[in-house]
Amino acid sequence: MDLSLSEEQEMLKKMARDFLTNRCPKTLVKEMEASEKGYSPELWQEMAGLGWMGLVLPEKYGGGGMSFLDLSVLLEEMGRSCLPGPFLSTVVLGSLPILDIGNEEQKGEYLPKIASGEAIFTLALTEPNAKYDAASIAVKATADNNDYIINGTKLFVPDAHIADYLLCVARTNELAKSENGITIFLVDAKSPGISCAVLKTIASDKLCEVVFDQVRVPKKNILGQLDQGWSEVQKIIERAAVAKCCETLGGIQQMLEMTVDYAKERKQFDRPIGSFQVIQHYCANMATDVDGSRFSTYQAAWTLSEGLPCTKEVAIAKAWLSEACKRVTALAHQIHGAIGVTIDHDLQFYTRRANAAEATFGDADFYREIIAQEMGL
Amino acid sequence: MDFKFSEEQEKFRQEVRGFLEGEIRQGLWQPSCDAWIQGYLPEFTKRVAERGWIGLAWPKEYGGQGRSNIDRLILTEEMLRYGAPAACHWFADRQIGRAILAYGTEQQRQELLPKIIKGEAYVGLGMSEPEAGSDLASLKTQAVEDGDDYIINGQKMWASCGMFMNYIYLVARTDPEAPKHRGISEFVIATNLPGITITPTMDITGSTAWAEVFFDSVRVPQRYLIGEKNHGFYQILNQLDYERAGLERLMGNYPLFDAIIKFTKETKRNGKPLSQDALIRSKLAQLQVEFEIGRLLTYRVVLVIDEGHAPNVEAAMAKAYSTAFEQHLASTAMDILGLYGQLVAESKWAPILGMAPHSYLGSKGYSLQAGTSEILRNIVAGRGLGLPSK
Repeated sequence: MDLSLSEEQEMLKKMARDFLTNRCPKTLVKEMEASEKGYSPELWQEMAGLGWMGLVLPEKYGGGGMSFLDLSVLLEEMGRSCLPGPFLSTVVLGSLPILDIGNEEQKGEYLPKIASGEAIFTLALTEPNAKYDAASIAVKATADNNDYIINGTKLFVPDAHIADYLLCVARTNELAKSENGITIFLVDAKSPGISCAVLKTIASDKLCEVVFDQVRVPKKNILGQLDQGWSEVQKIIERAAVAKCCETLGGIQQMLEMTVDYAKERKQFDRPIGSFQVIQHYCANMATDVDGSRFSTYQAAWTLSEGLPCTKEVAIAKAWLSEACKRVTALAHQIHGAIGVTIDHDLQFYTRRANAAEATFGDADFYREIIAQEMGL
Repeated sequence: MDFKFSEEQEKFRQEVRGFLEGEIRQGLWQPSCDAWIQGYLPEFTKRVAERGWIGLAWPKEYGGQGRSNIDRLILTEEMLRYGAPAACHWFADRQIGRAILAYGTEQQRQELLPKIIKGEAYVGLGMSEPEAGSDLASLKTQAVEDGDDYIINGQKMWASCGMFMNYIYLVARTDPEAPKHRGISEFVIATNLPGITITPTMDITGSTAWAEVFFDSVRVPQRYLIGEKNHGFYQILNQLDYERAGLERLMGNYPLFDAIIKFTKETKRNGKPLSQDALIRSKLAQLQVEFEIGRLLTYRVVLVIDEGHAPNVEAAMAKAYSTAFEQHLASTAMDILGLYGQLVAESKWAPILGMAPHSYLGSKGYSLQAGTSEILRNIVAGRGLGLPSK
């Protein structure tokens, strides 16, 4: 039992923090929220140069051969800086499934492009039904000679508008039980018939509606096995939930620090407001929520990184964090007072992202049901 | 980073489970909530002592096993899971032995530690007084020097192990002129000394786990003062970290958790087990989440101790969090039982041995004893986050 980071992980964390503090100030975050693309290609290439996109990819594909746990440390720092852009989409939703179940040709074709920063990927999973279960997959892929034709609408797809490739989760067999008959397709984003509309979201994070209208995809672009995609999708959701927890943890840690700093500086009634017991207790509650989030998130990340079954650990981390976010955010705002409710204050960057994270890749109710099953209820 | 235990540690856990399951099978005792603080069974303590499981983490030269605090955590976790009656030795093992090791003279260590390890010394805690709870430093019990002795006068309340102790750990004022924090000393004294009267306190559940202890001119040899005279308050702060640090703060009513889960699986309403009800599933799963978080926060405390640091902030955070879980467990169990939640242990129709209403009442004390949740939050805020006091 050891809750500490390794020396290398501490170094990665420090390096990432220094880099992002410097290269991802809030002025950039604000600019990217308003921009069409939502990310800085310049910064993206710098990150690629640091080896971040290929961090966990094997060296033969241009990666760093590091672990998912190492990536988690990096993701936390990204969350702390509110780093805009398609990193989680490309690396977690794109490269890891290809690494997991892609054939050699696919791995050789796509992974080096991801490691170099050349290609942006995302996953088109959720539909207007807005659930993370197999029964919700209605987008259809119909066989046609050497191709499949995809029809339907995906919703809340991150970064689809800038992606070069989409991993599209579609139903290929309607007669089978809903978990069988699902296939993952690697779709070229420039394929005719795909149209993207960026949704306006609370976190300004470029989620998209993606409409597939008779989109033709070659058979060879099936990732993994025909009709057998759901088990990988479940793994993708687990990885993505952990990644989102890591980012969000970085965010709420920063919220805690900002709030404590503010409480020490802000004076009312001739004393720092942090000297009032209620404010002190609020901060203690926030610290407890953040520490609990930290250990449960890293427990999930470590277990996943070790290749051990992690369904329960992921569920605990996300179920906890999804609700801890609400509490931490509420207290951060309460302590900051009016200034925290202005758009010019940095707190709102974190508030909006923490809120979006609650339901992304499964909300607390979703994961509580998984835990109930794990408990044998 | 590593979230698993070693093979050796897992073997130890299985060994402890095997022992406890065997005892239950033989009908030697039944699992119950709060057994660590209300379950007094000297014979059980003797059997635990025989296995070398008291003072597990103490140095071998005094009869301990010299093992890690993580090992002790595993041992206590299983004791709590099975609701084992460990109260006779719990306090001595958890904090008094450590206090003697940290501050005691060689003579005190030689005299007291082996007795604790053998399961012969049951040490109660004499800290709180009618006028001194959270403000422990304002205590009034006095120890006045008289030749080679101290004469002790005063009254203690809420003495843990009160009705079974043969020793009491006592905090008393040895310098009434000094500022209140700087005039306090620690003692460990035999309770059969003339002038000591012990009367049981009945708590809200009907249990008499605690006692009032009256000291009427009790003569105590000076060699039973622990550590430095008048430095006791600072010594005690260290001890309080250990008092707060354990899994008993999270798992005091763990048998209720197992019991309510089993109840929902075995009880049907309208032809369906309660465990199929969506609301009940959600409530129980939420408890599981909260439990797992508490477990991680408590493991963190023990790792800090193993690193050689005082887990001041970490123990405060873990206890404040954990006792809230225990209270949530009790109230959720009551919610699930509905009208049946009212039926206490001896009643006809009472489900799960009446554990739920018992724990509902008893759990009111969890967020108060060994540091109120308010005091603990002060510690997290002040010492942990550096928030100013004025």
